[in-house]
Amino acid sequence: MNLDFSAEQNELRQQVRRFLADRCPASAVRKVLETDAQYDGDLYAGLAELGVLGAAIPEEYGGVGLGHLELCVVAEELGRVLAPVPVASSVYLAAECLLQAGTEEQKARWLPKIAAGEAIGCWAINEATGRMRPEKVGATVEGGKLTGTKSPVADGAIADFAIVLANDGDGPSLYLVDLTSDGVSREVLSTIDPTRGQARLAFDGAPATLIGGAGDGRHIATQVMDRAAILIGFEQLGGADRALEMARDYALERMAFGRQIGSFQAIKHMLADMYVSATLARSNCYYGAWALATSAAELPIAAATVRVSATNAFQHCAKNNIQTHGGMGFTWEFDCHLYYRRSNALALALGSLSTWESLLIERMSAGNLEAAA
Amino acid sequence: MDFDDTPQEAAFRKEVRAWIDANAPKYLEDELKQASFGSSGLKSIDPVAAAKAWQKKKADAGWACLHWPKEYGGGARTPIERVIWGQEEGVYGTLSGTFIIGQGMCGPTVMAWASEEWKEKLLPPLASGEEIWCQLFSEPASGSDLAGLRTRATRAEDGSGDWIINGQKIWTSGAHISDWGLLITRTDPNVAKHKGLTMFFLRMDSPGVKVVPIKQANGASGFNEVYFTDVRIPDSQRLGGVGEGWKVSLTTLMNERLSIGSGMSAGFPDLFKYCMDAEIDGKPAVADPAVRSRLAQFAVRQSGLKYTGMRAISALSKGETPGPENSIGKLVAGSTLQELAMFALDLQGEAGVVWDEDSPQTGRFQAMLMRSPATRIEGGSDEILRNIIGERVLGLPGDIRVDKDVPFKDIPTKGSAA
Repeated sequence: MNLDFSAEQNELRQQVRRFLADRCPASAVRKVLETDAQYDGDLYAGLAELGVLGAAIPEEYGGVGLGHLELCVVAEELGRVLAPVPVASSVYLAAECLLQAGTEEQKARWLPKIAAGEAIGCWAINEATGRMRPEKVGATVEGGKLTGTKSPVADGAIADFAIVLANDGDGPSLYLVDLTSDGVSREVLSTIDPTRGQARLAFDGAPATLIGGAGDGRHIATQVMDRAAILIGFEQLGGADRALEMARDYALERMAFGRQIGSFQAIKHMLADMYVSATLARSNCYYGAWALATSAAELPIAAATVRVSATNAFQHCAKNNIQTHGGMGFTWEFDCHLYYRRSNALALALGSLSTWESLLIERMSAGNLEAAA
Repeated sequence: MDFDDTPQEAAFRKEVRAWIDANAPKYLEDELKQASFGSSGLKSIDPVAAAKAWQKKKADAGWACLHWPKEYGGGARTPIERVIWGQEEGVYGTLSGTFIIGQGMCGPTVMAWASEEWKEKLLPPLASGEEIWCQLFSEPASGSDLAGLRTRATRAEDGSGDWIINGQKIWTSGAHISDWGLLITRTDPNVAKHKGLTMFFLRMDSPGVKVVPIKQANGASGFNEVYFTDVRIPDSQRLGGVGEGWKVSLTTLMNERLSIGSGMSAGFPDLFKYCMDAEIDGKPAVADPAVRSRLAQFAVRQSGLKYTGMRAISALSKGETPGPENSIGKLVAGSTLQELAMFALDLQGEAGVVWDEDSPQTGRFQAMLMRSPATRIEGGSDEILRNIIGERVLGLPGDIRVDKDVPFKDIPTKGSAA
């Protein structure tokens, strides 16, 4: 029994943490927030150089060939500092999708570029407000040409290629589209968290190549999103932990009524509850990491568990971090709002909390009763 | 990261499994599974007799008190082996609830503070379940503020060195079935409250000890009031120095937090099973969106507790000591049990008010609803546990204590505050 990361994995954590402390201070996040930049290109190039973008990509496709536990470690560290880079889109989603279902040609063409940070992939599934359903897919592919609109697409404005869910003669299928092709137009969207950009992608007869079997799009997308839910769960966990640390530090430093505010039970208990939600999320995330790394049969349940638990924790910690800081916490100058933005944006990435809550119980009731014990 | 045993752990598990398979009281299995709060729910047999029989059997085979040294009747096993034993003992482990306070809290205190002679006399019968202990700490005026206790111990005037005890304890689990009690008293009211305390142990059948069961909100009586009228205790039954009772009590409290709350269930498997069976508008309750949302929230708390426990085991296996972060077990389980029971009754509609054998799962959720308020108080209230997390885990400052350096006799009490 060992539900913990190994010494080597924790060493990688320290290495990534040092790198990010140097290269991704809050000022780097703010630069993306306060300018038209969609991401921090230098930081992304640095991560590629460090080898972490290709952590879970096999060496034959230009990756480092470590594994998913290592990618989980990286994800947590990126989440802690709110790294404004398209790792979730390009690595957790696009690369994972290609690894799961891509053709040899697609893998050989794109994976080495993803690992090297030379190409960015994005995940273009959504079309409308509300829960995503197969009947809501309006995009279509006919004769290898894609038509339709996808929105919002995380990192859609900076991506080199998109993985798009579209109907062909066989039902919803996944297609790979080179975004430099004719027939592609993009528009940057205004959002609650500009540190991870969103775009609207419009396709008008853009060339598209099938990923996986025709009509298998929903199935593959579900598998990919489950895997990504665990990795994004680690980002949420990192963010939750950092928000709690910020609140704790402030509660120790700020004096009111002649005392440190952390000595008041109202504050102390709020912080204790933040610790509880972050700890439950951490434990669930470790379970998810194990399922992801071993491709366990429990992966779908583990993924939904991580998703619900980590979403709870990050939102809980980020909002109460502002509350602990009082009025200062709501100023632009303090970093609290950066975490608040990201916590709410990530709560919606991959589908809303209620969607995943429903999915978790659906999966549990579909047979795996033991998972409830 | 893996959930597998090492070869040594697997061998130990195999040995334990074989012994339990051959020796467990299997005729009690179904009844134990139905019981909401351990063996105290047994109806077909006297719960104390059943508990003693199982404990004796374990002791004779060397499976009692796995964390104690062999010379005191224990098993001298590693923390991981204890965990494996617990997993394999499963539902039969609830039979040992009667001994948790004695073996989990009083025993370690005796082990740390008593003379060798007393240790050899007291510990083996406690390990084997022949004798039951209770913990005489809380008082009507001092629950969470434990050091505010008023039960007096004064030296007998006959020069024997004996102590005379007068006062009252409350919330004493199992006092009515206990042979021994661990008793904290005030020996000096003229110094600050933590400084004037002294710890003793005594026979519960000592003259002048009166045990009165408390009828609880759920109708059961697991706790008692215990009255002391001129109870005489020899000085040899003192643990630690005169005035050092607080220090001694910390041994007990530290062990209490390790004993209670580790591996607690938040009740989710029962609720989930019920929602699979129950119907809403002709469809299984689990298909209802509102039900799913609540269920999912309970599910991730249950699973978070489970894997938090596994992380603690992982730390144990690396030789680390579980710390105050384990306070979250009871904190989360207690409030979740209460919410979950309320939700289960909500699903039962107006019939949820009925608590009998015909209620879903023979009234398990009704029992849970009526018992769970106590879970949130006993062994450290939610508020105390949050303080522990805030102060010992997060490093926040302690609460301001206005009575800190005040002689105990000058501390305002109810009625004197004005």
